[in-house]
Parts: sequence; structure tokens; C-alpha cells
Amino acid sequence: MAHYRSIRDFDWPMLVITLSICALGVLQIFSATHDTKWHNAWWKQLLWLALAIGLMWVITSIDYHTLLGQVPILYSGGVIMLLVTVVIGATVFGGKRWIPIFGFKLQISEFLKPILVLVIARFLAELKGEALEGRDLLKLGGLVGLPVLLVMFQPDLGTALTYIPIAISGAVIAGIRWRHLLVMGLLAALVIPAGWYVLKDYQRARLVTFLDPGRDPKGQGYQVIQSKIAVGSGGMWGRGVTHGTQTQLQFLPVPHTDFIVSAFAEEHGFVGVVVMLGLFFLLLMQIVQNAQTAPDRAGMYICMGVATLLLFHLLVNVGMAVGRMPVTGIPLPLMSSGGSNLLSVFLMLGLVNNVRLRRFVN
Amino acid sequence: MATTQRPDTEREREQELSNSRLLRDETQFATAKIAWFQYLTVAIFLILLTGFWDLQVANYESSVDRAERNRIRSIPLLAPRGKILDRDGRIIVDNHSTFKVILTRENLNPEHIKPIAEGLNLDPEDLQARLRKFATRPKYEPMVIKSELTPGELAFVYSHQDAKTFPELELIHSQSRLYPKEGLAAHAIGYVGEVSENELNSAEFAKYSQGDIVGKAGLEKQYNELLIGVDGQRRVVVDNLGRERELLENKEATPGKNLQLTLDLDLQTVAELAMEGRRGAVVALDPRNGEVLAMVSRPAFDPNMFQGRIRAADWKEINSNPFTPLFNRALQSQLAPGSTFKPIVALAALESGIVDENFAVNCPGGATFYGHFHKCHLFTKGGHGAGVSLHRAITGSCDVYFYNVGDRIGIDRIADMATTAGIGRKTGIDLPHEAEGTMPSTKWKLRTQREKWYAGETISVSIGQGAVTVSPLQLASAIGGISIGGAWYRPHMVKEATKMDPVRKAQFNPVNLEKVIYGMYGVVNEGGTGTSARLPNVEVCGKTGTAQRASNDLIKAMKAGGLKPGEELKDNAWFVGFAPRENPEIVIVALFEAGEHGNFAAPIVRDVLKSYFDKKARLQAPAQLHSAAGLLSMPGAEPPTPIAKKKIIQYATSTLD
Repeated sequence: MAHYRSIRDFDWPMLVITLSICALGVLQIFSATHDTKWHNAWWKQLLWLALAIGLMWVITSIDYHTLLGQVPILYSGGVIMLLVTVVIGATVFGGKRWIPIFGFKLQISEFLKPILVLVIARFLAELKGEALEGRDLLKLGGLVGLPVLLVMFQPDLGTALTYIPIAISGAVIAGIRWRHLLVMGLLAALVIPAGWYVLKDYQRARLVTFLDPGRDPKGQGYQVIQSKIAVGSGGMWGRGVTHGTQTQLQFLPVPHTDFIVSAFAEEHGFVGVVVMLGLFFLLLMQIVQNAQTAPDRAGMYICMGVATLLLFHLLVNVGMAVGRMPVTGIPLPLMSSGGSNLLSVFLMLGLVNNVRLRRFVN
Repeated sequence: MATTQRPDTEREREQELSNSRLLRDETQFATAKIAWFQYLTVAIFLILLTGFWDLQVANYESSVDRAERNRIRSIPLLAPRGKILDRDGRIIVDNHSTFKVILTRENLNPEHIKPIAEGLNLDPEDLQARLRKFATRPKYEPMVIKSELTPGELAFVYSHQDAKTFPELELIHSQSRLYPKEGLAAHAIGYVGEVSENELNSAEFAKYSQGDIVGKAGLEKQYNELLIGVDGQRRVVVDNLGRERELLENKEATPGKNLQLTLDLDLQTVAELAMEGRRGAVVALDPRNGEVLAMVSRPAFDPNMFQGRIRAADWKEINSNPFTPLFNRALQSQLAPGSTFKPIVALAALESGIVDENFAVNCPGGATFYGHFHKCHLFTKGGHGAGVSLHRAITGSCDVYFYNVGDRIGIDRIADMATTAGIGRKTGIDLPHEAEGTMPSTKWKLRTQREKWYAGETISVSIGQGAVTVSPLQLASAIGGISIGGAWYRPHMVKEATKMDPVRKAQFNPVNLEKVIYGMYGVVNEGGTGTSARLPNVEVCGKTGTAQRASNDLIKAMKAGGLKPGEELKDNAWFVGFAPRENPEIVIVALFEAGEHGNFAAPIVRDVLKSYFDKKARLQAPAQLHSAAGLLSMPGAEPPTPIAKKKIIQYATSTLD
């Protein structure tokens, strides 16, 4: 066990930004659910938050090198748990994405995120050469591809897709060859049309809806249309907490989870959105700064992996709320109601802090 | 940092452990790529922010508008149309409760159209076509897709209008018209229907919206503004499941005003029954004020059929009927009046002074004028004989007499009198599409044909043939005006609050007038052509008319060619009658198309007259009203006409079957 260098070395700005975002989230969860059957979601979220801060503390205190050393165990444990989720989830819990652990419904796929950040960081940090060879790329693809496939079969395409950017950004930083990038692009161009036949009906519907939301107003497109109406009717200053009509009358689907940003935008307006996105931007920049000052490659990869994952989440979730991304059903980090994602994000922020605390070691 | 320089053996050991496992490495190589990531982050945030700007600032108004329409639902509260009552306040046209189903197109799922159409017994193709036609109108404007729901269809809507199945369906309560069965007074009353696309584009109907029910014909059309009422609306805040959360506004509907007609349901019923199975029309007027007491046109139609949307098959059937059931013969047909025109000619002759009551002709069954032989209607029986003067000429309807009279006084004196009486001009009745008729004159011929009038043409006009055409209403009004001494009131269907002045007045020599009226008395009571109009205790005056539809020459030619003149070419039977002889109260015209002789139209008039005077007698003897024996023993009151007693007005009990 490592000792703290100093309480002052802790990334306090990051913690303040993170908790501010969480506070906005809890407020919005309260506002969106106070009149519904989920009316106690906000204090549940507070409990999860307390647990998450504790977990972050723990993860920060273990030297990330120690954690990197445990990667094989973490990775195989994660994959096994995913298999358990796929098998048990499908047979016992009727296709659910979570399994109950100590009475909590935990979504294993969320906890794969910090594990994959560590796996990819260690893999890339241990590379000897100047650039990423094709062989290395295949290994990396295999490491990430296995959990992606397992999560896809849960089925949870949205979460599965979030794993891939971690690997891509890592590979780009590690020095991927242009021709490999080109081959990957070509492969994607081939796989995506083929994938169309593999997709489930609702997944296809989501894609079609994204391309033409007016086509099916009560179906998938309904969500996007209602979300855009909610966002737009917020205007510059918003309708005020608990006064957004789209949110309060439940025209907006799942306003405390996937569409929390739409509910927030309706009640807080463009100004509120600028503040919220500003906080997220500061958080990302803080993480990137930690990457720049990381003591070693592994630390840098960890920070960049976390930053990439959060950026991807933001792009997809917020983009969905304004109709610029398809509906994928992935949560907004730190704000959406739900424990697994909150714990997972705090674990990752713990890793970033961990790297920061050890920046002057070498 | 001070802490990092603090010697700590345990930490150094750990560091060495780490260092042995991981390469001492530099992160400088990644600096450029991390910078790229920062640029990428900025770009993504800008994309997201522009998304919000676009919706929240640039398109704020339309978003708010859509949000409001999302949450605020306007439910129309339809005003019931005013009822239509007869002159005694009895209901002729009532309303009954029905349901309509509305399609809210804002959240219409195209895949639902087919199952919805099937559930509501609509043609899916037709519904699609209507939706396409409707596509230009604003989306929030609801579209009525079916009115007069049957219980089965109602159950379908109730069980499918939830948020998960067909949330686009909405029921509204409405009042539908309930017209008497079998087309009683159908032409006068008219019918209502959904306002058409064409009507919506016209200025008159601009204030209505799709699905509104407006008057399409008859009184329903004429008095639409009065009858229609003002719809109310209920505005509520709803949530995504359509549950009502808050009431914003509840504006009650203002029902339309009731319309009290001058029609007498008793007379109307008798007239309807008298025309049963016949083609033609009956008009009964009060000549003293122009009130229409009865108006029948046959064949009739069922106005209930036009509620909402008429079935294509029904529409086709009614339109392809050669006897045009929708045509109101009482005021739209323009036919030769035949001999019913003779009283007007007679009055013109006496007033002119050229012919007096002693003027007489010899009727051998025809006469030649201007080189053309004109038959009398008694041609085959050898004519009316010698010394036919005015009274015999009217009672026996001697054509030869009127040929001579007409020839002497000339067309313009006839035309003056006829035009004064209202022939060739609209009566101005409060019903749409009244026909004008024609009264020829020298001026008329110059104007319409740019030709001089030939004296020979006057001969046919003198007996109500030739170019002269009238509608039954016109004839009733004309003769009625003469019967009361020369005053013509505007015929009307709706009771006037104040007594109206006559439209025209004429000063006739009372002696001349009396002679003509005495002639008409003779037609009925002195063995004339209209004896079947005779009533005990009431002095009925009248005149028969047998109007040719085809010339004698044509019929002869057809017979010679082995063809039988069809129904269309048979003579029309007319009868115009009024009573009592002194101070007439009622004038009635019966047109019996293809009835062949005026005497066959006379009983129709008699039945209606009888019911009028029977009713009057009943009302004047209220003590005996409730006893059938009293009714029978009442002076001047025979038992009611069998048909009138047998049948009562039947209403469609319900269209929900």
C-alpha cells in the first residue's frame, strides 16, 4: 500500500468540478422525478455518490502500478463476470443487463470500463517499438473485442461501443500506422453494412430514426422529437426547476437517466447548458492535464483512456438530446440516475487522481 | 513538492519494484497527440453547443409552440343545431347524440392507418386519400374520420385509444340531425353534411373548419347561420398518456336557435300521403300573408342519409335516378301551367275591357288561327258547343274560347296581368335555388330571341302552353294573390314576427274579379272539370290544368312510327284551388307529373283542403276535441281522411344499429 504524498496533492479542482456536475445531476433527478414513482431516485443517487467517493478514495490510495500488475486477474475476472451476466442474466433474469451483488443491481459492463482502461494502458505502455505494429494492433483488438462482443450479446450495443474509443485513442497516441488506420476504416465500412443484418430490430429502428426522426413519431423517433422539443422550449434562461412542461408531464422519455440533459436544458435553458458543458469541459481538460504531467506512459494512457471514454459518452448522450446522434441508451456520466455508471466513472477518476498523486515519483 | 523529497525507504523500495517491472519511460512523444485530443474536445463541445443554440435560441418559438401543443389539448364542444318546429311548435327536425372519432395527425403513425380503417369500417385507401388531401392543413387541426359511430365502432375506439395502441384516436360527443323518415318535407327542410373542401375555400364558409356540419340544402342551408350555434371548447393540460392534469378553459357551446316554420305538420302529412307513389309537387300557401303551410316534392329522399359522409353507393343511386329525387319540384320545376293559367287570361281580358262577360264563341272542338288549326281538349267529343261565354269557358276549360280571347287582347295584356301575379319572376321564398319561370311577351321575345312576336304565338299562351312556364309555388302565389283581390305576399317558410306588407298590389274591378272567381267556383261545384276537389260545407274554387309535354304532332308521329309515348311525354296534371270562396284562407297547387288530366290532381288538393278545414273546425270546438264521437258529429267535419288517420309521421328511431 502506498502512502499519500500529501492531501494537497489530491486533484481538488477535479473533485470540485466532479461534485458540481453531480450536484446538478441530483437536482435534475429530483426535479424530473418528484412527481413520479421514481421520486426517491435523488437520494438514492446521493447514497451512490457517497459510496462512489469512498471507492474513489480507495482506488486512489492503491498505486496504479500495483493495479496494472493485477491487470490479468482484473481482466479475466471482468470477462468471467460478463459471461455470468450473459448466461445468468439471460436465463434467470430475463435478458437483464445487471446481476445482483450484495443486494445491489450491478451492471458489470460498466465496471469493465476502468478495467479496460488499465488493460489498454498496460498493453500500450509495454510496447517496445516506436510505432504500433500490425501484430500489436491485432492483440489490442482481441483484448477489447472480447468484452465488446460479450456486452453486445447482452444485448447492449451502446455500452459495448463505448469500449472501442479507449482502444482507438490509445492506439493513435501509441503511434498507429496510417495504413493500419486506413485498413481499419475500410473494415468498418464493410462491417457496418454487414452489421445491419446482425442488429436487432429495435437497434435498426434506432438507426433509421436517427436518420429520419419524423418518420415514426410514437416509436423511436418520438423520443428524439420530444427531446428536441424539451431542449428548445427551455430557451435562453430555462423554465425553472420543476417547471419544464415536457419533463413534468412526461412527454420526455426517461428524463432522469438517458435524457437527463434534455430535462436539464428545458429547465435551465441555454445558459444552464453552457454552465454544465463548461464544467464537463473543465473536467476533461483537468484529466488531460493530468495525462500531460503523468510520470510514465502507463499513467498517461490511463488518463487519456478515461478522458476519451468520457468525451465519447458526452458526444453520444448529449448529441442524442439535440438530435445530432442516434439514440443509443448510454447515460450521461455523473448526472444520469444510476449507481453502476456513477461508481464506474468515480473509479476512473480515482485512477486519474492516482496517476496525478505519483507524478513526481520519477 | 516537499513531500517527494522526504526520504522514505519503504517508498523507494516500492519505486524500485515498479521500475523493474515497467520501463522508465518518457511521455513527451504523446504531447502532439494529446493536443489533438484537446482540439477534438473543443470541436465536439462546439458541435454540441451549436445544437443547443439551434434549438433553444434560434428556433425557440417553434419549440415552445410544439411543447404547448404537446401538453395542451383542445377538445371541441360541439353546439347542437337548432331544432326545426312546425307552426304549432311540434318538432320536425330533432337532434340525437352520437359520437365522432377524430384523428390527431400530429402523432399519427402511418402504420396505424390500416388497422384503424378496418376497425371503423372505413376503406383504408379512402382514408389514405383523405389524409393526403388534408395534408396541406396545419397538423394540429384535428380531422374527423367518422361520424355516427355504431356501438361496435365505439367499442373499438374505447378499447384502442390508449397511449400504447392508437393514441391518435379521439372521441368527441356530438349531436346529429334526426329527420322524419320517408322524406317528409325533405326538400323544404334540406339536409346537413360535412363542409366540403370547395366550400371551405369560399368566403361564405371561410369561418368553418374541416369536419364542421353545415346546411347543404333547403332551410338547413338558408338558415344555416341561425341554426348552427357556436361551438365551445375545453382546453386541458395533458401528460404523455393523455391524462388530464389541469383545466385551462371550458367554454360551453351555444346551441343554435330553433326555427319555427309556417309549415303545418298535419297538412304536410296529408299532402305527403296524397302524393304517395306519384311524381310531382304540392304547395299550400296562406294567400293573406304568404305563409307556406305545406310543401311536398316527390320523389323524395331520406335526409338522414347525408349525415356525415354519404356512402358512395347511395350517392350514385340518388344521382342516377332519372326522376331526380333531390330536385325540389315545388319551386325548381318550370313547366307549362296549361289551363290553370286561364283564370289569369280571363282576368286580363275582363280588365282590358276588350272582352266582356257576354262575349261568346262557338266551340266545334278546335279553331284555325293564322293558318294553323288549334284543337280544343274536347276535340274528340265535338267541342263545347255553341255560345260558350266566360263562365262556361272557365268551368269547362274551353280552349277555343281562350284562343279567341287571347287573340283579341294580345300577348302583352296577358303578360302584364301574369307578371303582376308573379309569373316569370321569383317569388322570393326563403329557400335556395328557386326557379324564375317564363312569361313571354313581345319585349321578352325581342330580348331573348331578337325576333318580333307573331300573333299566332299568343294562341298557345292563352291556354298556358307555348313558352309560358311556372313552378307550382309561383302558380300558388299568383292565383292566391288574385283570390284575395290583388295582393301578393312573399311566400315564406319561417314565421315572421311582424306582419309583412304585400310585395305587389293591384286594383281590379271587383265585378271582374268576382266573375273569374265564380268561374273557378263552377269548375269544382257546377259540374266543371275539377269536381273531384269538391268538399261539403266549404266553397272550394279551383282550376284544372292538363299540360302537354310534347306537341300533338310529335305524339301523332310517334304513334304512326309504332312508338308509344313514354311516361316522360304524358301530360302533366295540375290543379290549383283555394277556399273558401269568400275571404280565402288557403291556396293549394298540386302538380301530378304524367297524371294525364287535371281532374286527377284535384283530389290531392281536396285532401289537403279538407284536413285544413277539419283542423280549423276541431280547434274552434275545443270541448269536443277529445272525443272521437264529438269529432264525428262536429258540424262540417267528416271523419279524417282515411290515409291521414292511418299513418302518423315516423321518425328514424335511431341510426345506431
